[in-house]
Amino acid sequence: MTAESVAPRGRRRKNVRPQPGAAPAPERPAAAPARADHVPGLRAGWRVIAAKEFADHVLSVRFLILTIILGLAAAAAVYATAGAISDIAADATGVPSLFLKLFTITSGQIPPFTTFIAFLGPLLGIAFGFDGINGERAEGTLPRLVSQPIHRDDVVNGKFVAGLSAITIIFIAITALVAAIGILQLGILPSVEEVIRLLVWIALAVAYVGLWLALALLCSVVLRRAATSALVAIAVWLLMTLFAALLVGVLASFLAPVPADAGSGSAAALRNASMQAELARLSPSQLFQEATAAVLDPSVRTLNPGLVTFDQADRAIPSILSLEQSLLVVWPQFVALIAVTAVAFAVAYVAFMRQEVRA
Amino acid sequence: MAVAEQPAGRSAPAEVQAIRTKGLTKRYGEFTAVDKLDLAVRHGEVFGLLGPNGAGKTTTILMLLGLTQPSAGTARVLDLDPARSPLAVKRQVGYLPDNVGFYGGMTGRQNLRYTARLNGIDRRTMDERIDQLLERVGLGAAGDNKVDTYSRGMRQRLGLADVLVKGPSIVILDEPTTAIDPAGVVEVLELVRGLARDGAAVLLASHLLHQVQQVCDRVGIFVSGKLVAHGPMDKLAEQLGTGPIEIELSAAPPLDAVRQAALAVSGVTSVTPDERDPRMLVVHAESDVRSELARALVEAGNPPSHLRRRGDELDEIYRRYFAASEAAA
Repeated sequence: MTAESVAPRGRRRKNVRPQPGAAPAPERPAAAPARADHVPGLRAGWRVIAAKEFADHVLSVRFLILTIILGLAAAAAVYATAGAISDIAADATGVPSLFLKLFTITSGQIPPFTTFIAFLGPLLGIAFGFDGINGERAEGTLPRLVSQPIHRDDVVNGKFVAGLSAITIIFIAITALVAAIGILQLGILPSVEEVIRLLVWIALAVAYVGLWLALALLCSVVLRRAATSALVAIAVWLLMTLFAALLVGVLASFLAPVPADAGSGSAAALRNASMQAELARLSPSQLFQEATAAVLDPSVRTLNPGLVTFDQADRAIPSILSLEQSLLVVWPQFVALIAVTAVAFAVAYVAFMRQEVRA
Repeated sequence: MAVAEQPAGRSAPAEVQAIRTKGLTKRYGEFTAVDKLDLAVRHGEVFGLLGPNGAGKTTTILMLLGLTQPSAGTARVLDLDPARSPLAVKRQVGYLPDNVGFYGGMTGRQNLRYTARLNGIDRRTMDERIDQLLERVGLGAAGDNKVDTYSRGMRQRLGLADVLVKGPSIVILDEPTTAIDPAGVVEVLELVRGLARDGAAVLLASHLLHQVQQVCDRVGIFVSGKLVAHGPMDKLAEQLGTGPIEIELSAAPPLDAVRQAALAVSGVTSVTPDERDPRMLVVHAESDVRSELARALVEAGNPPSHLRRRGDELDEIYRRYFAASEAAA
């Protein structure tokens, strides 16, 4: 790899001066053919690449295994949850969005479906991205690929799109599975609003897993070996999902200490709580879980613990939020997730564009 | 800096050169990989870009394909600037990379189809052409096997088919004969020859001077980023043989008498024993004095048993440029 970058999309080169001794090039004035880079009949390269990669993903063993693992986890979670719901369903006819509770509440033994996704989802992204570029290098197919009439970024764009498509398919399938089990177990049908909430949630989940896909692609660009790349991506995933909560607690009490004599409602305690919330949001899984909570549970009114004291919560009139209002609540989380995903992809993109083909 | 010759016979000025570079230079920091390269390749010819490993052959090719930017100078491929119109160039140029790789889980045919799709070739043309090409490179039967099961030589031949799928008017082959068996080499080189006969311009980069020179119409000896000599193979020796020449000589002993007889020939500057073979002498002369040497020795009653000029043969070119630069590296 060198600092010499390859200009994307036919950028004009300004630093090329004619050789001093060379005769004036005759073709310069008749510049027309030298500029046009339109080739008739050529399809957008990223589409061809995405189509091939998508087919590879869907037919791959890892797709099958991941779908089975997630499917089993989802089925187990929803079975347990459905059992718990039907216990209380009899005297809880007024509970809003009972159907969505399938996805979010726990029976106490198995965590709910959405927690499974928050935890295992990153594995999907990593699985479809960790050998994206270095795999091509190892097989020796990259030089052949980029010497076809495609732009160089088509390779990384196509792979990202293919990975996202595979992930979307898995999520839709599994959500449908959970919904089906729920309908059978509970005997209630979801309302239109509940279906829309589920679709929004799927979009959130794809954005969340897209971040891990982009991160894995970045690893596959930077790291030579697929095994190293997978290990690094998995290490980041474990750090973010398992140790982030511990670190956040320590860091928050360091930055916003709570005096020993301060009460639970004191200003110091509140500061500490909001500091913890803010720090926790640096972890994408936290963002995703918060957004999940608000999208799938209309009774969630705010995601900021610092703004609601027990008194305030106590005196609030219990009511549910409309879909629109719920979206407003999660909007920051949604935007943050997409932004982090975009940044991760952009870094992978730039790293790839700056690499020598032979590197 | 050598200037590649213009077509002598047909001097049509309007003819578009398949590949032409002027002062093409690529620097990586302090290191100059390609140094002011002037190159011209015509349609219908095989041009051998021959040089030791690390001479800058692949870097040159990448610049021709627009896959890396030149630091200075210009490249024109079919009158297009590869840096500005990489797609138009890559649509026309078939490139077989060094150590070509394929997707092992896909069949040979599927790999070729992918390339065809990337080139925007419609389905029917694609299938027809792929059938023909698989037949042509001798993979008609193996086309539907996974590439994982292919041998090195089969992969190389699939690589040639892959290059031809887009129907290129220029073919660039990077080390097409490495790591395949001698019979495979002959097959590959015959295919290359056929491409030029069909009117394509072929640029063949290789460090295997002996193997590929037989199919090249012209060659360029490319060492440390510089084109040190170029032209048809038989003219190359003339170009390179401008300095004093060396003649290997041996005759019946005593060698000292032979040495005296050789020294008496006009044009001979010195006679030294050969380093490797003690029965042989090396005659250093200003010009090719082989016939004079032979006559002198015959007249002395001791006809030469071995008389060979060094430098008009590939070995000498190889020794002078390839071995020297490898030693320096």
